[in-house]
Amino acid sequence: MGYHRITLTVNGVMELVDVPSNMTLLQMLREKLGLTGTKNGCASGECGACTVMLNGEPVNSCMVLAVECDGADVVTVEGLAKNGQLDPLQEAIIETGGVQCGFCTPGILISSRALLNRKPKPTEFEIREAISGNLCRCTGYNRIVEAVKKVAGTE
Amino acid sequence: MQNPHPGLPEIEYIKPASLEEASKFLAAHAGEARPFLGGTDTFVRLRDGVWKDKYLVDVKGLDGTAQVSFDPEKGLTIGAGVAMNRVEAMPEVREHYPLLAEAIRTVASYQLRNRATVVGNICNASPAGDTIGACMLYGGVLKVFGADGVREEPLDTFFKGPGKTNLKPGDIALSLTLPLPPKGHVGRYIKVARNKLGDLAIVGVSVLAYPDARVASGYRFLIALASVAPVPLRVPAAEKVLAEKTIDEATIAEAAQIAMDSCSPIDDVRGSAQYRKLMVRNMTRRALTEVWQKLTQAA
Repeated sequence: MGYHRITLTVNGVMELVDVPSNMTLLQMLREKLGLTGTKNGCASGECGACTVMLNGEPVNSCMVLAVECDGADVVTVEGLAKNGQLDPLQEAIIETGGVQCGFCTPGILISSRALLNRKPKPTEFEIREAISGNLCRCTGYNRIVEAVKKVAGTE
Repeated sequence: MQNPHPGLPEIEYIKPASLEEASKFLAAHAGEARPFLGGTDTFVRLRDGVWKDKYLVDVKGLDGTAQVSFDPEKGLTIGAGVAMNRVEAMPEVREHYPLLAEAIRTVASYQLRNRATVVGNICNASPAGDTIGACMLYGGVLKVFGADGVREEPLDTFFKGPGKTNLKPGDIALSLTLPLPPKGHVGRYIKVARNKLGDLAIVGVSVLAYPDARVASGYRFLIALASVAPVPLRVPAAEKVLAEKTIDEATIAEAAQIAMDSCSPIDDVRGSAQYRKLMVRNMTRRALTEVWQKLTQAA
């Protein structure tokens, strides 16, 4: 099976990676770059645990080939904090108790951050819709929604 | 222990530089090479071992497949590689093709729709494809590049069975064109699934209707059903009743019954055939009623 040399930006850092044809973006992030914040849940585009931003838009990284990301800009949960300061969304989800086991949290943070980037003051329905592709079996979602509202200033 | 979430099987990724090159490769490797767009169906099937292809041919970004444009005279042209969210977010799509925007919003999740494409949804030819009904009712025509040049494939005659279409090895779908919709049209897509957001349709009903002085009832209704036959199903017999008889509760009920009698669903993990049949009748009646109310409010 062929390998491909790709360059891409991950959390603001330029990376040069050799990836096999069948490697997903998820596998590359975790296994080649050691960014294990992004989780492997269902590996079929349903649970959202692997959600990252690809060129500013959230995608399921298990459904993207690494080789397709040549030249792309990727942001993972590790890239949300800036200069040692957590993203306000991260602060809010800690405050509201929107994290329990934590497995879905990286994906939830990326989906919610992407929502707030495209719509700074979303309605509750829009928040729920935006995270509908991120399965959480602990929180019942209410505290997560509360955290997003807190950042949007729409509590 | 067997890994419950395996990666993709060994497969070669091919990125051709031109349509000709892509088409020749696909034709030369019939049965073992597959064009792919968003990959949201393809990857799942490869992982599950349902498809055993050796080559994935990335056809995104070839000659115009990355563009979507609206022309006030010719209508909407959606390039094959354009993700669903980009189509749904276009003001022209929301204004002129609201049924398509509504159908797109029911597909899986927001992040999946950043990869999934409308043209891929069509070429995948799942009877449950959410956007296919809207595209059929808007009179969609696919532009296909093949060994004999570029040809057009109207969606009404495109589907041959689950996953089966008129596409042959070496064919590459380039774009989908939806002509300008009829004036004053109203659409509705109703979908029932195991949960409210994100699941595949157990039944999907698309209805498009518009005033038409040439038919006795004064209105033309178009109906497409998802997930209840081997192919996305139009219901011409019900459409005929709605064109010929005065539109009222009884006519709508008659059309809904015809829709139920026309479909041939299967039992599967999402629902039984009998449940699907009954839901076709109920949801068709509901969609027709809602559309009819909107049409009469507008008139």
